[in-house]
Amino acid sequence: MSGVRNIMLEIRNLSVHFSSYSKGLKRKSVCTIRSLDLTANAGQVVAVVGQSGAGKSLLAHAVLGILPSNSTVSGDITFKGHRITPESAERFRGRDIALIPQSVAFLNPLLHVGTQIARAAVLNGLPAREAKKAALLALERYGLPSHIYKCFPFQLSGGMARRVLTATATVGSASLLFADEPTNGLDVATAQETLKHLRELADIGKAVVLITHDIEAALQVADKVSVFCGGVTIEEASATDFINSGRLRHPYSVALWSSLPNNRFIETITAKSFCSLNGGCPFGPRCEQAAEECCQQMPELIPLRNGKVRCWHACG
Amino acid sequence: MLDRLDRRSTTIFTIAGCIFLFGVVLTGAWLYGEHGEVTHLNSRKLAPSLSHPFGTDWLGRDMLARTLKGLRISLFVGLSAASCSAIIALILGLAAATMGKTIDAVVTLLVDMAMATPHLVLLILIAFACGGGAKGVIIAVAASHWPSLTRVIRAEVLQLQSAEYIKLSQQMGKSRLYIAKKHMLPHVVPQFLIGLLLLFPHAILHAAALTFLGFGMSPHTPAVGVLLAESMRYLSMGLWWLAVTPGIALVIAVKAFDILGSNVRALLDPRTCQE
Amino acid sequence: MDLDLPVTTFTRATGNPRRFRSPLLNSALVSALFFLGRKSARLSVLIASVATLSFVLVSFSPVDPIDAYLGPSILKISPEQRAVIAQRWGMDQPPIDRFVRWAANLLEGDFGVSTIFNEPVLSVIGKRFATSFWLMLAAWCLSGVLGFLLGVCAGAYESSALDKCISLYAYTMASTPTFWVGMVLLTVFSVQLGWTPVCCAWPIGVDPQQAGVLQRIHHLILPAVTLSLIGVAQITLHTREKTLDAMHSEYAIFARAQGESRFGIAFHRALRNVALPAITLQFASLGELFGGAVLAEQVFAYPGLGRATVEAGYRGDIPLLLGIVLFSTVFVFVGNTTADLLYMLVDPRMREKTERESR
Repeated sequence: MSGVRNIMLEIRNLSVHFSSYSKGLKRKSVCTIRSLDLTANAGQVVAVVGQSGAGKSLLAHAVLGILPSNSTVSGDITFKGHRITPESAERFRGRDIALIPQSVAFLNPLLHVGTQIARAAVLNGLPAREAKKAALLALERYGLPSHIYKCFPFQLSGGMARRVLTATATVGSASLLFADEPTNGLDVATAQETLKHLRELADIGKAVVLITHDIEAALQVADKVSVFCGGVTIEEASATDFINSGRLRHPYSVALWSSLPNNRFIETITAKSFCSLNGGCPFGPRCEQAAEECCQQMPELIPLRNGKVRCWHACG
Repeated sequence: MLDRLDRRSTTIFTIAGCIFLFGVVLTGAWLYGEHGEVTHLNSRKLAPSLSHPFGTDWLGRDMLARTLKGLRISLFVGLSAASCSAIIALILGLAAATMGKTIDAVVTLLVDMAMATPHLVLLILIAFACGGGAKGVIIAVAASHWPSLTRVIRAEVLQLQSAEYIKLSQQMGKSRLYIAKKHMLPHVVPQFLIGLLLLFPHAILHAAALTFLGFGMSPHTPAVGVLLAESMRYLSMGLWWLAVTPGIALVIAVKAFDILGSNVRALLDPRTCQE
Repeated sequence: MDLDLPVTTFTRATGNPRRFRSPLLNSALVSALFFLGRKSARLSVLIASVATLSFVLVSFSPVDPIDAYLGPSILKISPEQRAVIAQRWGMDQPPIDRFVRWAANLLEGDFGVSTIFNEPVLSVIGKRFATSFWLMLAAWCLSGVLGFLLGVCAGAYESSALDKCISLYAYTMASTPTFWVGMVLLTVFSVQLGWTPVCCAWPIGVDPQQAGVLQRIHHLILPAVTLSLIGVAQITLHTREKTLDAMHSEYAIFARAQGESRFGIAFHRALRNVALPAITLQFASLGELFGGAVLAEQVFAYPGLGRATVEAGYRGDIPLLLGIVLFSTVFVFVGNTTADLLYMLVDPRMREKTERESR
């Protein structure tokens, strides 16, 4: 399906810690991502699915090198063959790797929307006059009338705002895009449209990493799904594996599958309570097949049947 | 040892250092006693030297002794005024937040009125009303520093009252005293302490300004403001040390309180200093 | 993203004003008029309460205004002559009557006569304010511009050497008394170096009408620099804080994700977000400016309104003192109201909100 040459982004064992101060200025460390693995190829949409919370979104920030200064990042991140560190990420930001943020709160409320898109174009190397034209073109591409250029972010509706954010990320020539919770708070029609845009971007050769807690949305456009639980990646599967639960490798993924409306829908699986942060497998306390080693030691991520899984009981 | 100094240790060391500095000032003032009042007419107007580190004034009095004593008086005036102000602020803030809309409106009007005039003008007005003197200065400073702390405490208590867990407590039947003690006090007390500490620098500076302007004039209480006002006459004669050294001492004392206040705030309320 | 709206006293609306629901009334101008109407009402309440409170305070004073007025000649005045003065000033009447008379005069614009200068209070205030005006204007502009620039630079390059230097300066100045800064400058530049004059607003012995512009500027420099040194520090600290907020905001993070440098974020994106609160702060600093002017004028014997305040308080000139209290209240109020008005006109979100409200 995709040769080694087309690998756009490869992440191995990424971990992100934060240190903060509690009362009495005692330092404490919070670990949000313990071990994340991901591979994204050109022309693919890879969905990172997991519980709703801050952990997954930090993935994009970590690759771009824009985490706050009280964070520690470790692991291997490779983009088009180049190793990325927080320092070296700077030359890829905006030009090669772009972010589509969660909400319009990430736009400056006091500047015109068009000015901000044009600025993103300038940062991509365009001179100012060309940048304005590129911004108008980007708005047109997503079906927005040109008077939106002079609007302020608070004047946009949910759908328009989403399209403006996508336009900001695509006005340049980035080949890797991170879409952070793109369907949050949107109605069904707008959500479908947003996902369609992401699929189109993948179809013209970009790699799109879709970060979401909504597995149903992810499955509509994704080629691969990376399941994230308790700070670790516990399975990498292709989207077709989710058609029936027999091909899934980890009990947690099966539980996720069951929570889809078309399936048995036993209970909502994306709540925080399902993944524990203890020493063993995050799904240990809830798993029906759990044995003693499941709650004590974290298994390794091993390849299995064209995907990967982190489970003591994984077999062919 | 140095690489084990984390944020918490440096903060605590800084606080200890400030307290130590104040201890030195107070001890020095006590040790010197009345030394600064004694005139030596044959050692007048001497520039700073080893025997007189701060020089002498036009009556031959040692400026270091005078400065230390003046600093002690200024600190006393500033601290007592700030404490009174803080207590007024606590009472008014609590009253405004807990005793109904009318009292809230009255307190808010009082706060607005107090903040409507330039601070120094208000101070002069109150000092005049009290007839001047050290007493007038203390009352003036005490009566004009409560507005901003009142607002802070009022806002904090209002916010607490509408918090979910307080409402839950009330519904569970806990008495008002219990709620006040267990839920509100832990939040209000730190804010109050921090506000009090941060009031000190302002109070000391304003008290010095009032005494400089002449409203606290009394030969028996030579606060730093008085020292500086008296030295104005001799500046044009070139006796620069009469003004510069007491001023530097005052700046260091005020700054020390400022540092103390912000470090205590960092300890009690780390939200303000996350990196 | 949060743009913190100014928490000045006067932005809080005084309850719900009457709203006319006419389809014609939906322009920014009309909402500005409503705003001014609300503010005028508030000003009246404020003036009334401040006037009452000041009068009450002043009546408590143990300083007998007649004694203060007479000064050394008190020994030469017989009790009958003293009674005549008391009667002329209305001092023989109960406080309530005096207050009512004073308030009634105020409403007609009569602030009384200053006992020190023997001139109508308004005329004294007018003359003195004209002198102080240039001093305060110079310091205000200088502190505003420099303070803003320094604050933005310090905030944009947080924790750099530049930031540390600027912060050190600003924090130290915030702990320094204004009058002492003036005294140090006086010692260095006027006494030791002789570059600037030692006192006053024009050369001693020269008639004020005859003093030239250059001479006035020469005398203005040191007091203005004194006020500015402290003013810059305060504005720098506040601007730096706002810049830090902006640099840590969500739109700043997104800008970084797009490849924007620190300089780019500060000067291409966040400037407007920092400038808006800066406007508010600039106008709200008029109160502090007035207070600083009182001290600076005292050090440099500058015959402005600040010096007049001190003299009025020291020598018991009650009409003048009360007049200055009211004048300074109006001064501060005008400053805050201008800040709120500008904010309303410049912030696009406020404009939209007030336009919606007036429909």
